[in-house]
Amino acid sequence: MPSTLVDEPAAIAAERGSGVGRRWSAWLVGGPSVTGAPVDAVGLEARAAALASRSIKKASKLAALDLAVRCMDLTTLEGADTPGKVRGLCAKALRPDPADPAIPAAAAVCVYPLLVPVAVEWLRASPVRVASVAGAFPAGQSPIEVRVDEIGRAVAAGADEVDIVLNRGAFLSGRYGEVFDDIAASKVASGAAHLKVIIETAELGSYDAVRKASTLAMVAGADFIKTSTGKVAGSATLPVALCMAEAIRDFVDQSGRPVGLKVAGGVRTAKQAWQYLVVVAETLGPDWLTPARFRLGASSLLNDVLMQIRSQRTGRYQRPDHFSVD
Amino acid sequence: MGELERTRGFGLDYAPAPESAAVVSLAPSYGLFVGGEFVDPLSDAAFTTVNPATEEPLAEVAAAGAADVDRAVRAARAAFTGAWRDMPGPERAKYLYRIARLIQERSREFAVLETLDGGKPIKESRDVDVPLAAAHFFHHAGWADKLGYAFPGRRPAPLGVAGQVIPWNFPLLMAAWKLAPALACGNTVVLKPAETTPLTALLLGEVLQQAELPPGVVNIVTGAGATGAAVVGHGDVDKIAFTGSTAVGKGIQAALAGTGTRLTLELGGKAANIVFDDAALDQAVEGVVNGIYFNQGHVCCAGSRLLVQETVAELFVDKLKRRIATLRVGDPLDKNTDVGAINSAAQLERIAALVQAGVDEGAELYQPPCELPDRGYFFRPTVFTGVAQSHRVAREEIFGPVLSVLTFRTAEEAVAKANNTRYGLSAGVWTEKGSRILWMVERLRAGVVWANTFNRFDPASPFGGYKESGFGREGGLHGLAAYCSLEPVPV
Repeated sequence: MPSTLVDEPAAIAAERGSGVGRRWSAWLVGGPSVTGAPVDAVGLEARAAALASRSIKKASKLAALDLAVRCMDLTTLEGADTPGKVRGLCAKALRPDPADPAIPAAAAVCVYPLLVPVAVEWLRASPVRVASVAGAFPAGQSPIEVRVDEIGRAVAAGADEVDIVLNRGAFLSGRYGEVFDDIAASKVASGAAHLKVIIETAELGSYDAVRKASTLAMVAGADFIKTSTGKVAGSATLPVALCMAEAIRDFVDQSGRPVGLKVAGGVRTAKQAWQYLVVVAETLGPDWLTPARFRLGASSLLNDVLMQIRSQRTGRYQRPDHFSVD
Repeated sequence: MGELERTRGFGLDYAPAPESAAVVSLAPSYGLFVGGEFVDPLSDAAFTTVNPATEEPLAEVAAAGAADVDRAVRAARAAFTGAWRDMPGPERAKYLYRIARLIQERSREFAVLETLDGGKPIKESRDVDVPLAAAHFFHHAGWADKLGYAFPGRRPAPLGVAGQVIPWNFPLLMAAWKLAPALACGNTVVLKPAETTPLTALLLGEVLQQAELPPGVVNIVTGAGATGAAVVGHGDVDKIAFTGSTAVGKGIQAALAGTGTRLTLELGGKAANIVFDDAALDQAVEGVVNGIYFNQGHVCCAGSRLLVQETVAELFVDKLKRRIATLRVGDPLDKNTDVGAINSAAQLERIAALVQAGVDEGAELYQPPCELPDRGYFFRPTVFTGVAQSHRVAREEIFGPVLSVLTFRTAEEAVAKANNTRYGLSAGVWTEKGSRILWMVERLRAGVVWANTFNRFDPASPFGGYKESGFGREGGLHGLAAYCSLEPVPV
């Protein structure tokens, strides 16, 4: 097994967008490289189930829930999104629970490119970042020029972070070089903004493919790898998150460049949230328990987390109407 | 980035999550279970069973003498000829189903007691020992009325009274492995639990009463080696089943030579877990960890030797060490504990001595920097690298959380090294290549070979050893055969 992957990021940066990235990716998916590292589904799922059974109580539960809020990307990605809707979400992200000022702000608000200016206006002087999906989200089935252009426009409008989709059409037909080049070009287009690459695990068909796509995205320059768009049947699962965390661990070992993990789609309960935190803590270690390296993308998760925090603090569950719906 | 860059990671320290011990009510002292009743022993000897995690005494337990064993064997004989032997299979099955369901109903009690008395993590007694014990009764309940179909051309008949001597590593589960097939086939039993872990067997006695099992069908005599020797040496026992150390097993075989008493032995092991360079390495790490640190390594089929292909040895050992550093060692009742207490002071001493031998012989020791509790018998998860086949830690069964790492170059060498042991209980093969798994399985001299997993047990699957790991199988059809005489059906 080769002990060095690539001289990342220097070598990649030099070749980014130049087309020669194909050489790297071809090398990476052939032979016993980390990209081709097989995953045993039974063992992976057994390990995820074991981690899910960790008993998180009292002070550690409160700490985990607080962290979950700080790592949350509050998301609205609907055709029906309006400035009003986004303004509500921004207010919620800044102050998730008006009754409890100790609750921290969310990490980011995630919207479509057209709504980036609205979010930027509301969040400009705040710690909450603006994330935009771009690059023909959620299918990615548009010419690369169009996708790159959309990324550039989102960043120009003020997005701090860009969530793009992996080109599954190319990936599933074995055109890994094209997948690599698309991501590398997207990285250039996103400039200083953080690039999250959604690999859409539910469409890849196996954990081996999830692992391969994860590594491909990281080698091509992703700052974060992300599970799902939330737009197809099948969402993030604990074994998928574990599989991606293991891919990150190997990539970091070999390249020295930390990459974040974003879990999105289907995360609705506080319990799910802390199970993901356990997976990250025990796979990647405490350095990943920060919004700089871990995110939870969700639309309905926040209120359940707030409810659990309140019940931990007061010993009583409160009615859903005690928490704002935005 | 601002705020985000400043936010440092924090340790997700799990607050203590202890399972309540209040679910168990312990008596100050226990007698023997004979003829369906808990009786005072004829012997006035007793011993104390302690909680190995705290070193505090749990209860006084009777040490059965020869007269007590004789009383138990008589009760078993009377129950055999009186009712059990001739009871129709479907009727016997009802009792076994009832026992299985009662174990499930009282699973929390069993799990907590098993952890208190033996030191294993509550998540293991809760998720492995107790459910598997119930599964063994369920499985064999299903056989009780189908024995006539189990062995074509043969007529299975019960053997009579079975003397069963079980170890301390899986006290309830080993009782279930022994009792369920014996009862399903129509035998009656005298069971001798291990002296450091008698309590769940005695609780099982309560369950047998609850299930209204006819008196004398199962008798439980507690005690140490002398009690076990009395069971083995009793002239009116038709079959002995023993699980424990190879040294004791050899003694039993010698004692029974020429007596006509049937014998099955499940003894020690020094299993090889063989990792090829094409394996799913992250899952193989999990399997190796489970293989040796499950139940503190107190497992006869533990994967105590890691054979890793030299091409990935360094990478794999790095991954393994990192994983071991995340193991949580401590209070066995805490639901987040991965590695609990060593079963007894004597075992702790033996493990420490063998580890010292490994160091003296020049193997390289690795132990994670975890904190151990102040009291109780605890030992750090341990890995030896640079181990040679000639080292004691590669040859002797340590029966503790100690892994010896060796390397190999080719599949032939892996097989040669794996088989180069006096034991032959189990082995593990980790590779993504199906044909290689089959090639290995044909050549490994071990009773169980796991492929891309380890320490998986199922009542339908026969378990047992080659060479000095013993003979006879437990579980499945093969396990039934150990409790029946199989006369040919007259044509």
